[in-house]
Amino acid sequence: MRDVIDHSGEMLRLTGLHAFYGESHILHGIDFAVRRGELVTLLGRNGAGRTTTLKAILGLTSRRSGSVMINGREAIGLPTHRIAHLGVGWCPEERAIFSSLSVEENLLLPPKVRSDGMSLEEIYSLFPNLWERRASQGTRLSGGEQQMLAMARILRTGARLLLLDEITEGLAPVIVRKLGESVQLLKERGYTIVLVEQNFHFAAGIADRHYVIEHGQVVDVVEADEVSASAGRLDHYLGV
Amino acid sequence: MDISFSAVLSQIMLGLNNGAFYALLSLGLAVIFGMLNVVNFAHGAFYMLGAFAALLGLDYLPRLLGSDVGIGFWSALLLGPLLVGLLGVLIEKTMLQRLYKVDHLYGLLLTFGLALIFEGVLTNYFNVAGEPYSGKPAMLEGAVNLGFMVFPAYRLFSIVFSLLVCFAVWYLAERTRLGSYLRAGTENPDVARAFGIDVPMLRSLTYFLGVALAGLAGVVAAPIYSVSPKMGSDLIIVVFAVVVIGGMGSIMGAIVTGLALGLLEGAVKVFYPPLANTVIFIVMALVLLWRPAGLFGKER
Repeated sequence: MRDVIDHSGEMLRLTGLHAFYGESHILHGIDFAVRRGELVTLLGRNGAGRTTTLKAILGLTSRRSGSVMINGREAIGLPTHRIAHLGVGWCPEERAIFSSLSVEENLLLPPKVRSDGMSLEEIYSLFPNLWERRASQGTRLSGGEQQMLAMARILRTGARLLLLDEITEGLAPVIVRKLGESVQLLKERGYTIVLVEQNFHFAAGIADRHYVIEHGQVVDVVEADEVSASAGRLDHYLGV
Repeated sequence: MDISFSAVLSQIMLGLNNGAFYALLSLGLAVIFGMLNVVNFAHGAFYMLGAFAALLGLDYLPRLLGSDVGIGFWSALLLGPLLVGLLGVLIEKTMLQRLYKVDHLYGLLLTFGLALIFEGVLTNYFNVAGEPYSGKPAMLEGAVNLGFMVFPAYRLFSIVFSLLVCFAVWYLAERTRLGSYLRAGTENPDVARAFGIDVPMLRSLTYFLGVALAGLAGVVAAPIYSVSPKMGSDLIIVVFAVVVIGGMGSIMGAIVTGLALGLLEGAVKVFYPPLANTVIFIVMALVLLWRPAGLFGKER
């Protein structure tokens, strides 16, 4: 595996990250790094360990070892709620919109980790649907609206490292396109993004780099400009 | 059978009084279960400790210190819940915390054991038949004419005060930022943690709040019932039935069910007294057959 990263301006660096759920050993030494402002994807088949990688960064697995450097700080020994305060926003695969909270309460739930997050007004102008439905129960929203809410609520906190897990899953093409535009906009605004994505076309257009994960390890790296040349290799990894 | 209208009214008001205690206690049980996943069998013991805090502060503490003024009712109303709540936090931090990831049964056994210890220790020193609490404030002596009936002033106070506290807790949980953290932490603790919410601290706070409510109910109960080591275990069985009927984890459900069952008990006491102590359990059995998650509960 080539290491194309210089060590300045790194937002996230995983070194030899192992993670467990109970007795099952899921991650077998994940290594990768993301510089500030980059967007990388984690590709691989279901069960390869991509979602677990995001959860392990946040300390949500039952056990983990190795190193997780976030913005220059070692996070491997920190409790989960402290890791968020290093500036990490997470958009979980199941979206995790709270049904016991209204849309606006969902939006206001994550405590601010920095002072320069988006204001409620900015968020509502970016996602006007959420303004209209701000008083509804969170889970009464459509799938696409719930996804927007899940994205919007981490933008308010000022988190600069976004971990986005399968954000296009199960959504209509028109909404997927809208989400693609939002992610592109976030990248332009300088957010650092790790995207776990099944929809390779969605990811290919916006990513700087793709990490291929198999059996809990990074097995290959494909730079954005190598994607078309590496199509055969990627098809093999993704099993399409 | 001759049943006068005023007899019905007075039983109903007494039922409402009991209902207010049920509501205060089941409220605490419901928030604790929701957030900590613990069936708090020590809840009755905390209620009893609240009553003892009032009694000891008034009668025993001055004797111990050689002073002639004890801690009065109004101070006890603040200090009792605080002390009981702090004891709760100590228990949560040192013991309960270790049990969140395992089956409900372990938390239940631990808190049941603690309840037996508290009761057992106090039974060594105090009369099981109970001691009267003489700290009822002078302004709440006597009776009030409500227009439709004359009702003891202190009981009226305990109803109104309990309802205000219930409302305050409901407001805290449903309408404030802290409440949204509590609801989120109850619904999905992992995601709440990943957002930067200190869930372990919220759990301690919830336990503090829940058992402080029990302690508060104990202080309010002290001038009405005699203060005895067994007073909690007598009441808690009924309160658990209330929680089962209302559904675990629902705040409004706990309040409404508590009041309604108190009223029902009061009404049954007029019309068929032998059934009064049993009616809540009959309702419980019916609700379990019809809606196993309780009237206000969500299926898990």
